[in-house]
Amino acid sequence: MNQWENFTKGFLRENPILVLLLGTCPTLGVTTSAINGMGMGLATAFVLVMSNMAISMVKRFIPDEVRIPAFIVIIASFVTVVDLAMSAYVQALHAQLGLFIPLIVVNCIILGRAEAFASRNTVFSSIIDGLGMGLGFTLALTTLGGIREVLGGGALFGHKFIAQDGILIFVLAPGAFIALGYLVAIANRLKGRAQRPAVS
Amino acid sequence: MEYVFIIISAVFVNNIVLTRFLGICPFLGVSNRFSTAGGMGGAVVFVMTLSTTVTYLVYKYVLLPFGIGFMQTITYILVIAALVQMVELILKKISPALYQALGVYLPLITTNCTILGVAILVIQNEYNLMQSVVFAVANAVGFALALIIFAGIREQMELADVPAFMKGAPIALVTAGLLSMAFMGFAGMVK
Repeated sequence: MNQWENFTKGFLRENPILVLLLGTCPTLGVTTSAINGMGMGLATAFVLVMSNMAISMVKRFIPDEVRIPAFIVIIASFVTVVDLAMSAYVQALHAQLGLFIPLIVVNCIILGRAEAFASRNTVFSSIIDGLGMGLGFTLALTTLGGIREVLGGGALFGHKFIAQDGILIFVLAPGAFIALGYLVAIANRLKGRAQRPAVS
Repeated sequence: MEYVFIIISAVFVNNIVLTRFLGICPFLGVSNRFSTAGGMGGAVVFVMTLSTTVTYLVYKYVLLPFGIGFMQTITYILVIAALVQMVELILKKISPALYQALGVYLPLITTNCTILGVAILVIQNEYNLMQSVVFAVANAVGFALALIIFAGIREQMELADVPAFMKGAPIALVTAGLLSMAFMGFAGMVK
């Protein structure tokens, strides 16, 4: 697989949220607005790139039996870095995301990539993989946040373009499930269409 | 009375899965069968109570006195991972029957964000030890409740005719949305 393919696979074909359905907790929890989704996505992408890099560097020194705890410690260290940095520089966003920042540790995407990719590939392709997957995650989160913000509040990235209130349910908890459900359905449909020519 | 408020609030009003969005992966993953949902729910009640108690004590008596509160995330995840391993070993020795029932779910629990989430929430809410334990049990019961209701719905849904592109995850998510809407009816019961 060349590096370009390695980078782009995270956007649709192996998109962590829309196709693999990993990391759904932060996806649903923080996407009340596009900007929150984007912040969460970028924080996760940073952790993903750094942990992929670190793990692919030290993979030869970690005995196979203890690899999962070792990966978790590496991931948790980067999450702590992000947590502290965000509370220092982007306080408002940090307060909005709250509990979900420390919970990046248990985001299945990160451990999944560490186990499935970084522990088997070179440093460079692991970084590319992390970047692609991280941006795919950010894209899905921003889209979901945008949809909920438009439908729920008539605004996008904080700019209000409909004077009235939106459909409130989309900003509340049930809207998150329903919006993601339809987004996954659309991704399924697109993926099915993209694959069809290859089959025939 | 205070404990009753904590319990009602955690089980119904701020249900951990349907309003706080924690533990969605197991919620969608193991809710295909009624019996597996029950097993997972039981395992979560067991581990969450234990892990919240231990992490609370670790925070109060190790992290705070040494002024290393920022190590919370790393310490907690290690404590939880170690605890889950230990529970697995002990259960295997002491109660093979219980191990049979819960065993397969235990490894999955380490990456269940409800466990870490509740451990962090009790610190954020500044609960004391007793309140923390009650909060943990109530949240675990809330999780089990949501999981079991959802599994029941999904078993029925297998008989329904769902459009091809909605099959599997999408229809499950939409159903979860409707369930979440039902739980919104409890909002305002407890402040």
